[in-house]
Order: sequence, then structure tokens, then C-alpha cells
Amino acid sequence: MSDVLAVVEHRRGSLRDVSFELVTAGADLVGDTGGDLHLAVIGGDVDAFAEELSLAGVDAIHTVAEGDEFNHDVYVQAVAALSEELDPTYVLMGNTVNGLDYAPAVAERLDRPLVTDAIGLQNDGGLVVTREMYASKVESTVEVDADRAAVTVRPGEWDAAEEPGEPAVEAFSFDLDESRVRSRVTGFEEVGSGDVDITDADVLVSVGRGIEEEENIELVQELADALGATLSSSRPIVDNGWLPKDRQVGQSGKVVTPKFYIAIGISGAVQHVAGMKGAENIVAINTDPDAPIFDIADYGIVGDLFEVVPELIEQFE
Amino acid sequence: MKVLVTVKEVAEVEEDFELDGLRVADQYLDYDLNEWDEYAVEEAVQIAEESDDDVEVVAVTIGPERSEETIRMALAKGVDRAVRVWDDALDGVDLLDVGAKTRLLSAVVEEEDPDLVLTGVQANDDSFGATGVSLASAIDFEWAAVVNALDLDADGGVANVRRELEGGVEELTEVDLPAVLTIQTGINEPRYASLRGIRQAQSKEIKPLALSDLGLDAAAVESDLVLTDVYEPETESDATYFEGDAGEQAADLATVLREKGVGAQ
Repeated sequence: MSDVLAVVEHRRGSLRDVSFELVTAGADLVGDTGGDLHLAVIGGDVDAFAEELSLAGVDAIHTVAEGDEFNHDVYVQAVAALSEELDPTYVLMGNTVNGLDYAPAVAERLDRPLVTDAIGLQNDGGLVVTREMYASKVESTVEVDADRAAVTVRPGEWDAAEEPGEPAVEAFSFDLDESRVRSRVTGFEEVGSGDVDITDADVLVSVGRGIEEEENIELVQELADALGATLSSSRPIVDNGWLPKDRQVGQSGKVVTPKFYIAIGISGAVQHVAGMKGAENIVAINTDPDAPIFDIADYGIVGDLFEVVPELIEQFE
Repeated sequence: MKVLVTVKEVAEVEEDFELDGLRVADQYLDYDLNEWDEYAVEEAVQIAEESDDDVEVVAVTIGPERSEETIRMALAKGVDRAVRVWDDALDGVDLLDVGAKTRLLSAVVEEEDPDLVLTGVQANDDSFGATGVSLASAIDFEWAAVVNALDLDADGGVANVRRELEGGVEELTEVDLPAVLTIQTGINEPRYASLRGIRQAQSKEIKPLALSDLGLDAAAVESDLVLTDVYEPETESDATYFEGDAGEQAADLATVLREKGVGAQ
């Protein structure tokens, strides 16, 4: 018997997709051993969230009515208190920005080993976690040599649970230690509302680290102009200040769904792919035949962008 | 005021490589300062430069002697001195887990007594992304993860930060000091080390510390995680590849694009 406690996420009044993926991951994990799957939902309209999370495979939902939005100090205390009461074998959390902001503290406080960014979980007498290393070039399996563990799961790796169920819903209260709430969320801001909306474009020509120098971006802009397309980019280009933030496609940038996405010199890091995998057609141009971008591409050119792009511009001029 | 910045030498894997047991064979690895840590170093150095008070910036790393070469890059960019934790007990550890790193860095914090700790969001080799927040919890500092803007009010005892959430949304948060902040890329523009900086770095101290120097024993680096398999992920590509030279590839792609209505004026 291995019980699982999965902690869901919400932001600005909505449950995030990862919450439903955590249900699937948690249900898979308890499936083999006959344990129970518990969910924790902390803050916001917990009753409405609990209703939405009443899904098959979930045994109990614990609602913690504390605050409106995520605050890591509250989350750490709530998850620790609930874990102490339920004593689950595994605590599952999302490997999201907020997950990274509280999961390590939960694990430290409960003195549990932490495995982050899981892309696969197996419960076979012990926990075995599949994860990636070296910027996705290598995959590894890690065995947890302990009775209890905390794990964060990568968003998008498990299917979202949809089938309704009838879990018990129980309010959980604990004594919040206010002296340990030492951070205050004061607001949210949308970034990059420039004059170009890349989420609106039919065709995106997107440039990545492979472009090497700022002045080379002009070449890709020329291609975008020739195709009547809009220029976008992966994160390093924006980090370098070569293009504004509103051009960034990815987990922390914009999610785009154009008819054509032409990825130039982009390796296809998971954070980037999260923002563009919904494109109808994906074209990848990259020198590295093993670049992960080719795994999701419909059309591939293994080649030097500095040779291919000028030829392509010529085709359309 | 003292700022402690954690840095890590990470291995980057070449395009083509071979595995040697549970590791990438040495000849396919290039070593470099972790990308996220470069931004953390820059942020620390900028805090020192912009403060009216004396601010000491100390870098700490867990790494073998080889990593000193990389750590010198941080010193060349303006870090005042460095501490390097290593021990024979670490030589045989395949995967140092978050708990072990936390125990080592907590001991360094106890010795250095910093007012602020900066770390990179994650390391590009093992990608745990957890050490900073775990450390904060262990040393009872406040914290913020994935910080992409920092306005430090040391006199007021708070750090005003922006946290980069998913989907182009930023969270504004006020964090009590002392704190650990995990720094996201793009928060600043890391400087290149000047020739003068590189020369000066040669004479700056990198203090080696063994477990016993930190009041720890081999139990501190016992990992609860055991690496059991390492392999190249299977490629799942079902892309249509265009062959030939650049001109032929471009012509074939152009045909597909035109057929699907792209570039039709």
C-alpha cells in the first residue's frame, strides 16, 4: 500500500492543466499497490476547485481555505501539516515555477528525498523515476532509496484526467504560523504587450541560439519578410536582449498555434516546445540531427542555417 | 553586507557522444560555468557595485579541483573570493541529491553568515532546480524561486522581486531578508571578464574545504537517490527530411510551403 498526496495548482481563479495531469500520475502510482490518492487544494475558491477535481481515481480531496493565491510559506506549512496527518508514501507536486518555489522546502521540512522534473514514475517495490539530464540529451532512471519521497512531475508528460468520480471532500485546517509567512505576493503583471502579437500570426519564423550573433537576426527577419511571416524566438534570444520579450515562444513566453512554425537554429528544449507544439506544421532547420526539435517536426532540414536560409529567401524573392 | 552566490561547474555534452556506464564518456564533455549561475554572479556583483556600503561577494561551489578553473571566471567578473567544497567521500557519488547539497551548503552558510544568498534556478547538467529553496528552508532564510528582477532594500529588510511564471505572467513579491533567491536567466546582462579581471582573479583566494572542515562526516553526502540507468533517448522523429545541398533543401521546402499557401503574395 502506497498512498499518494498530490498538490494541485491554480492561478487567478483557474486550476492549471498540471493539476489534472497530477491526478493521472498519482492514480497510476497507487494503481499497482492499492493505496489511496489524496489531493490537496490550497487557497482560492477551494470548494469550486474540489468539484472540478472530483475525478475517477481520486479517493479524497482536502481543501485548505487559506489565502486567494499561491504563497509558498502557506503552501509549505499546509502540505507539511497534511503530510504529517496522512503520512502518504509519496507527495507529488508540479514541476512548475510555483512547484520549484515550494516543493524543495516541503521535502526539506519533511526530511524526504526530492526527485524533480519526473517524466516517468514506476512503483515496483520502490520508486523509480525517469528524468532527463544534460539539456535532454541523456535520459536516466533514478531509484529512491528511502521509504518516503517527494516528487515533482513535468507538466505535459501525463494525460489530463477527465473522467468524473466521487471522492470524499474534506476541509483541512491547521494552525498557520504567521511568523513564518515572510513573503507577500503584491500583484501580477502581463509582460510584453508590444505592437506585434505573435499568437495571432499564421506563419512564424522563429530564431534560436543557433543564430550566434545579434546582427544575424536580420537574415531571419529577411526570410520572415519574404514569407509574409512574423518573427519570433526562443528564450536565449530574448535573454540576450536581441528581441523583446513579446516575441518569446515557450513556457515562460507565449503559447502559439500558427499554421506554420519555422524553427531556425532552435534545439527544442522542453520549455520551448511547450509553447509551440500545437502548431499545425513544424519545420526545423538545425545542424544537429539529434536535436529534440526534429522529434516534433513535420519537415526537417539538417543543415547550416547560414547556407539554407539565404537559399530559401532567394526562393521567395 | 555579505552576498553568497552558489556556482557550479557543469558538464555540457557534445552533439555526438558515447556513454561509459552511468556517465557520458569524458572525452565528450566540455566544462563551463552553469548558465543560470552566470546571471546570479552578475546580480551579486551589481549589488556590490551599486551599494554605498561595503558588500563582500563570496562564491561557493561543490566541485573537484578541476572546477577551480571555472570558478576563477566568477572571480574575474568581480566576486571577491571563493570557497570550494570537496572531499574524497564525494569522488564516488554518481548523483549528489538535493539533500546532500543542502547539508554541505548549510554548513558553508553557517561559517560565512551571509545576508543574502543567490543561486541559479537550476544546473544545466542534473537539472534538479531545487537546491536554493531547499537550502533556504534548512537555514531558515526566506526565499523566492525563478527571480527575473530584483530590487533590494537592505535597510528596509526586504527584497522586491519579480518571479517569472508561465505564459508571460510575472508575480510581484516582497520577500523578507535574509533570503535565498534563485536567479533566472535574462535578469541582467552578464559581463565578460576583462583582462584586468582575469589577472586579478589569479591572486584571489579559492579556499578548499573538506567535510571535516565543515564539521561534517561522510554521512552528509550519502544520497538517497541511486542512478540506475543512463541512456540516449530514442528519437521519435517522423519528420519528412529534405536532402541534398542547401539549395536543393531550400527548393524542396519552398515547394511544400507554397503548396500550403505560405509566401503566396
